[in-house]
Amino acid sequence: MKRIYVNEKWCLGCHLCEYYCAFANSDENDMVKALKDIVIHPRIKIEEKNGISFAVSCRHCEEPLCVKGCITGALTIKDGVIQIDSKKCVGCYTCILSCPYGAVMPSDHGVVQKCELCTKNQSGDPACVKGCPNKAIVYEER
Amino acid sequence: MNYVIIGNSAAAIGCVEGIRQLDSEGSITIISDEPYHTYSRPLISYLLYGKTDEQRMKYRPDDFYEKNGCKTILGKKTVDICTEKKQAILEDGTQIPYDKLLIATGSRPFVPPIKGLDQVQNQFRFMKLEDAKALEKALTPDSRVLILGAGLIGLKCAEGIRSRVQSLTVVDLAPRILPNVLDEQAASIVQKHLEKHGIEFILSDSVAVFQAQQATLKSGKKVPFDVLVVAVGVRPNTELAAKAGAVCPRGIMVDEHCKTTLTDIYAAGDCTESIDITTGEAKILALLPNAYMQGECAGLCMAGGQKYYNQAIPMNAVGFFELHIITAGNYGGEEYIQLDESGYKKLVTKDNLLKGYILVGQVERAGIYTALIRERTPLDTIDFELIKQKPQLMAFSKVQRAEKLGGAKI
Repeated sequence: MKRIYVNEKWCLGCHLCEYYCAFANSDENDMVKALKDIVIHPRIKIEEKNGISFAVSCRHCEEPLCVKGCITGALTIKDGVIQIDSKKCVGCYTCILSCPYGAVMPSDHGVVQKCELCTKNQSGDPACVKGCPNKAIVYEER
Repeated sequence: MNYVIIGNSAAAIGCVEGIRQLDSEGSITIISDEPYHTYSRPLISYLLYGKTDEQRMKYRPDDFYEKNGCKTILGKKTVDICTEKKQAILEDGTQIPYDKLLIATGSRPFVPPIKGLDQVQNQFRFMKLEDAKALEKALTPDSRVLILGAGLIGLKCAEGIRSRVQSLTVVDLAPRILPNVLDEQAASIVQKHLEKHGIEFILSDSVAVFQAQQATLKSGKKVPFDVLVVAVGVRPNTELAAKAGAVCPRGIMVDEHCKTTLTDIYAAGDCTESIDITTGEAKILALLPNAYMQGECAGLCMAGGQKYYNQAIPMNAVGFFELHIITAGNYGGEEYIQLDESGYKKLVTKDNLLKGYILVGQVERAGIYTALIRERTPLDTIDFELIKQKPQLMAFSKVQRAEKLGGAKI
């Protein structure tokens, strides 16, 4: 299955992936309107230190500890994509306890959020990949 | 192949999903003494709190049994297992034959022998949906509630019902709240937070005697109440397995494949013991994620696969009135402590390994710490000073990161 992979060699640390992610998951169709004057809470996040930077988002593991550990059944795998049903989620954070990548995070709405490969939003394809200016984030089969 | 599962909660569902990864044909029968579609027991406090409802509490969708080809026998207790004839015997005498059997009978509340307890009319346990429904019926805005036990169950119950009652007092024998999960400092932070929300605590004390609507504590203190919840602990339901001859030191003993000492009989969940890899000791780790993973391991092995369940650790994620707590492992070793406005952090290391941690407040990316414990990552192979500050993948080497993010291993 296609997944998002990052190559830290090419990452500029520009954080554009975070902005594209926040935009794709907003209800606005204008990027400026979506992001102006707000603190963004993207599902992909850059780590950076001493000139090294890379993006981290859900790996869509084949043996996902977040899904297996979910106490509500809100996290499921659909066609390989790990999805969250925010109506079912009660925000217990067992998934945050479980994810080895730190890729599941609290959301603004009191439950949790994670990368769903833009399958449920307006982007359709991973927006972080489309927006990465240096191809440091790719979406492919490996 | 004819699979029979006794139980209908996380371990049982894990077993079904494990079996179906390898065997789409075999017949699966789920037997439970509860009459409900599979639901998540830890959600009963969220139900009373108003964060979920009975429909959303379902652990799997309504069509789960149908889609997975499961027959269900709900509302019937299994009273015996005949290992010779390979049958589970129900309370009405029905014999259910099996080729492979999973015992996922869970646990039940422990009720200590306290003088006068049997005279208390309005007393409840807090484990099952029935318990929550019964408790809810008894509550009024004037209720004074007494909860015995400041563990996870007692405190989640307290949070769930606080706004519906007049007063709420929690009594525990231990000197601090959540004694099995938190250290003194973390417990005191959480206790203050709960007190701010109107929950009163009486610690290092216990009930000497109950009169009809009053508890007299060992200290002499008297606590009047209208509703009592007993939540001092749980005990594994091992009777069925023990009667059939399975070795059950405290919980049912299982091997790395979740098999009991009996032929073709597996066990998973709260009724079993597993090895806590942070100490090497057999423990009852009555936690939903562990139950699911044990069940899945059992299911895969019952269907002829090779799966190991050998990375069990104690771990908990819990929140009270928006204050989140995540803990894992055990706390014997060298301590690193961070305390500031964002919260409390304790990391415990021993023999070049992270053994345990406590996070209160700031819990983001905690799973990176959990993975260090579970995978027994030697700390000298990562930048431990960096990861101490906050959980991050930057602390791993370039090669390790390429594996984690570059897809060499998912």
